[in-house]
Amino acid sequence: MALKTASGTAECPECFAEIEVKNVMQNEIVQCPECGVDLEVVNIDPIELAPAPEEEEDWGE
Amino acid sequence: MSKMKVGVLYSRVRAEEKLLFEEFDRRGVDLELIDDNTLIFDITARGDGRRFRDFDVIVERCISHGRALYSLRILNDQGVKTVNTALVADNCGNKLQTTSALTAAGVPQPRCLVAYTQESALEAIEMLGYPVVLKPAVGSWGRLLSKINDREAAEAILEHKEVLGSYHHSIFYIQEYIHKPLRDIRAFVVGDETIAAIYRTSDHWITNTARGGKASNCPVTPELNDLCVRAAKAVGGGVVAIDVFEDPERGLLVNEVNYTMEFRNSIAPTGVNIPAKVVDFCLRVAKEGWAAANGWTNGGPEAKPVSLTSGASA
Repeated sequence: MALKTASGTAECPECFAEIEVKNVMQNEIVQCPECGVDLEVVNIDPIELAPAPEEEEDWGE
Repeated sequence: MSKMKVGVLYSRVRAEEKLLFEEFDRRGVDLELIDDNTLIFDITARGDGRRFRDFDVIVERCISHGRALYSLRILNDQGVKTVNTALVADNCGNKLQTTSALTAAGVPQPRCLVAYTQESALEAIEMLGYPVVLKPAVGSWGRLLSKINDREAAEAILEHKEVLGSYHHSIFYIQEYIHKPLRDIRAFVVGDETIAAIYRTSDHWITNTARGGKASNCPVTPELNDLCVRAAKAVGGGVVAIDVFEDPERGLLVNEVNYTMEFRNSIAPTGVNIPAKVVDFCLRVAKEGWAAANGWTNGGPEAKPVSLTSGASA
């Protein structure tokens, strides 16, 4: 399969800045360059961002 | 000839997952991304009812230890090859089990005691002598580590853990504090080779890069390679990242082994294409099986799962 990616702009749900993202995938984690919060790409057509889930106790490597 | 079918089980697409997806894509495999947030396992399915029966290998990249361990257990029990195996996840996802497995294999590591009550934990701490490091058995990224410097701190932390924590926080994993030289080593093992290593340098005693430790290249000496390959084999082999302390008197000691390794900060300083090496290994597992991919000619180490989810097959 070809990896589905998208480029464009979307609004940061935390600080409402307009963010430019390049070649992002569904579920990819990106960081808002304005407020620094981690965001998850929840849709790529159109591009939509949501706050990344909070870290849980058994998360890690 | 049909394409090799590879699955990647994931929770979030971080830098590591994207690098692996892109590398698998370049190899021309039939790649399926399996989101663990939407996944439903038919754990009782048999024969043709098993959804993943056609996969040549499934690569685990979950962010949650619980999801990773259970998924690998189900897949391995259904006969699906995975990287890593449930046994490796079981051994590495719990520090107590890692330490026990390393001890069984004779791998040098800091001294560690386990206790189940405040009273016995305090006694264990004083047997080791201050300072000690108290760690949750399950956890990562340097989360909830406590360096305990004296008895008053020990009493306070033990009480807080027992009163405020879940049951698992009352399984006290107490490690000797190693006076390391403001750095530790993170070594990456793939099969029977230590492919790269970094120093993680920090003024803080916690050196994880997730906590601000700076990465720089660490030469893979024969001594480091031998230690790390032995540690990897002790936990069941595969693709693992090994944290190593440099003890001023005893030399290299294995601190932890990580089975869903993060490597984004280690490609540039080492110059090693880590995702390509990982993908090579996964494709070898698909073609030749776990033991051959690990370079084990005698079938590999004996499996000794001991966790609350014991019985994981490899």
